[in-house]
Amino acid sequence: MSSLLEARGVVKSFPGVKALRGVDLRLGAGEVLAVLGENGAGKSTLMKALAGVQAADGGEFLMNGDPVRVDTVRGAMAAGIALIHQELNMAGNLDVAANIFLGREFRKFGLVDDERMRREAVTYLKMVGLDVDPAVEVGTLPIGKQQLVEIAKALSVDAKVLIMDEPTSSLSQTEAEQLFVVVKDLVSRGVSIIYISHRLSEIVQIADRVTVLRDGENAGELAGDEITHGKMVQLMVGRDVDRFYQRTQHELGEVALEVKELRTTAYPEHAASFQVARGEVVGVAGLVGAGRTEMLEAMFGVMPALGGEVWVQGEKATIGAPREAIAAGLALVPEDRKTQGAILDMAVLENASLASLKRDARKGAFLNREAEEALAEKGIKDLSIRTPDAAQLVRYLSGGNQQKVVLAKWLAMKPKVLLLDEPTRGIDVGAKQEIYGLIEELAKQGMAILFVSSEMEEVMGLSDRVLVMHEGEVAGELKRGGITEEQIMSLATGGVSQELKV
Amino acid sequence: MKKILGILITLVAVYVLTAMVGDNFLSAYNQEKLLERTALFGILSIGVAFVIITGGIDLSIGSVVCLTGCGLPWLMVKHEWPPAIAVPMVLVVAALIGLSHGLLITKLNLQPFVVTLCGLLIYRGLTRGFTEDQTQGFGGEFSGLRAVANEKISLTAEFGIPWTWVILVVIAVMAWIFLNKTIYGRYLRALGNNEDAARFSGVNTDRMIILAYVFSSMLAGLGGMLFVMNVGSAQPSNFGNFYELYAIAAAVLGGCSLRGGEGTILGVVIGAAVMRVLYNMINLVTWIPTHIEFAVVGAVILVAVISDELVKRAAARRRVRG
Repeated sequence: MSSLLEARGVVKSFPGVKALRGVDLRLGAGEVLAVLGENGAGKSTLMKALAGVQAADGGEFLMNGDPVRVDTVRGAMAAGIALIHQELNMAGNLDVAANIFLGREFRKFGLVDDERMRREAVTYLKMVGLDVDPAVEVGTLPIGKQQLVEIAKALSVDAKVLIMDEPTSSLSQTEAEQLFVVVKDLVSRGVSIIYISHRLSEIVQIADRVTVLRDGENAGELAGDEITHGKMVQLMVGRDVDRFYQRTQHELGEVALEVKELRTTAYPEHAASFQVARGEVVGVAGLVGAGRTEMLEAMFGVMPALGGEVWVQGEKATIGAPREAIAAGLALVPEDRKTQGAILDMAVLENASLASLKRDARKGAFLNREAEEALAEKGIKDLSIRTPDAAQLVRYLSGGNQQKVVLAKWLAMKPKVLLLDEPTRGIDVGAKQEIYGLIEELAKQGMAILFVSSEMEEVMGLSDRVLVMHEGEVAGELKRGGITEEQIMSLATGGVSQELKV
Repeated sequence: MKKILGILITLVAVYVLTAMVGDNFLSAYNQEKLLERTALFGILSIGVAFVIITGGIDLSIGSVVCLTGCGLPWLMVKHEWPPAIAVPMVLVVAALIGLSHGLLITKLNLQPFVVTLCGLLIYRGLTRGFTEDQTQGFGGEFSGLRAVANEKISLTAEFGIPWTWVILVVIAVMAWIFLNKTIYGRYLRALGNNEDAARFSGVNTDRMIILAYVFSSMLAGLGGMLFVMNVGSAQPSNFGNFYELYAIAAAVLGGCSLRGGEGTILGVVIGAAVMRVLYNMINLVTWIPTHIEFAVVGAVILVAVISDELVKRAAARRRVRG
């Protein structure tokens, strides 16, 4: 097949990490190419480079065999490449037509010609099968429709290549199905699609070809019948999945954490109840928006719970702020490492000791420098944090090492219960494996571990038990050994798995 | 040390330049006055530096200077309060002002800019109200108390270290210890860099932010009293006008980032000194018209922050390549 778009040897570095180390990509006309990879494999970076959002440091880009410059969004658009963002990039307060023609407004006597824009918008809305009034504010539409507006916008600039970055991550099942219909329709019109998703079943359903990235390099390609779940995972992980998650059987202790009827702002009507034993690793699966993060944040006092109780080792904890949760023996590695976990412009040492200052690393009101140094050194050693020294700013570490610094901060506190929210998001495969090893080690030592993850492999590989959340409730519970992706998906989407429903 | 090198070089450069072109710059009297003014503005600047380190801003400083500077003689002369009661009372009022700013900003989640902008308007208006817009002064009395702000420790027949400078040094040392040696100073820097991460780590961020605003207002209150003790009287309509901007400028020159998290006390004091030497230069150098003062100050600050940013970018580039 002749290529419509070709990228050769794409290179991109960020401080402390080489995100792309010479990646090639080929896309045929009217083809749906899925780009796969673990978090941190470089997919998003590659897509941003293709769409000119973040220029590559090096590499060649060809459209129909002719070199094109895609180092700006404008350049990429002129070449016919458009990115549909993972986080929607719409101005919610403007109407549909204004969003579609943003930056290219039709004008009459120098003023914006709303009428004409609304008229023309209809053409593109039809292409994506969207029947909405172009004068309606985008912010009032459901996410799925907003996404279609964004696709319509891309079509209005005559995009030949549409890059969809996790388009279904916040869509319901029906909305996703509608999107697939639109994708197939676009392809039949000769538009090519680069499709990024973590949901492997989707990829089996719509991709013509799959290219897999691992650690910023091409890991392999699959086409047609080769596109199976097993083969994709194998290429992504690069090794046997079973050995990737090293879990051993060990005796569980008494109940370390008990959550009773916890209600959060996400679903005020629904409550979650569950227990975690000492030495147990419990994974929390569910769709984005199932209320998992809100649940952890309510337990940790970040957002007030609307009701319910948290018991730690048989004692009821009063939690109105994180400091109270910490005092009760909890620790939370939050979802967003850069804005909630680490303080990027402070040293490894200062990050590692931050939680301990209140208890172990003080002399009265003063800092206890020796204690701080000792615990930072211990953290660097125990977690093999790769840093020149403890004085290095966390900003200059790789994502995986930043996450390890956050973990070191909490391990220094010796918590009874460790809560982790997407602990391996955006970090490379090596660091991932180290974190899995650490979780196993901590569980062996008797820590109770509750982690939220959207990576199915991780949830299934790491957990002794999986709680599947749906709309703020624990929809079901699956024990290690008999967990399948289908069971989790069925529970997560509100289906009932008969014998497993608790 | 690296962080204050730039501002130190600026100070030396401006100082040497002024010594070369200005008449009488190096005279003992002028140097004493320079130290005295640097001390008074330095105290305000250290206060606002705490707020800036949290990522906030305090625009009310000039009006707090007005309130306390007019309030002290008003209490002592018009209402005949003894200094031993009036001075602590004024400090308590300043502390309450800071407390109210802090509470509004943390508990109601109002923006620091808006809260302290309202403060700027309110305290000046109040002062003009209770003084009936009349100049408040000590009328030649209370020379014992006023000595704190206008006497000196004589070193030679002509030159001495002003007492205000001693006060500044004591405050600066205390502030430095607080910021660098106590866990609360660490909390302040941590939350200035990333408030969420600090809160997630168990820091009582609200309390630390409130504390910063209390420090700022109290130092403004102390500064206001010292200013009026120094000059003897204060006019409610213009006493302390623009002082918040001088203080913020000194803090920024001294390396505080308005994004929060950064700043050193020594840098801020040097920043205040740069501002005063510049002011001195404009007054002493005959061919610079004094009414363009603001333009000169603005230009120098702009040059300083631009060169700082360029140096930072160069450093970041080296790091990426390395």
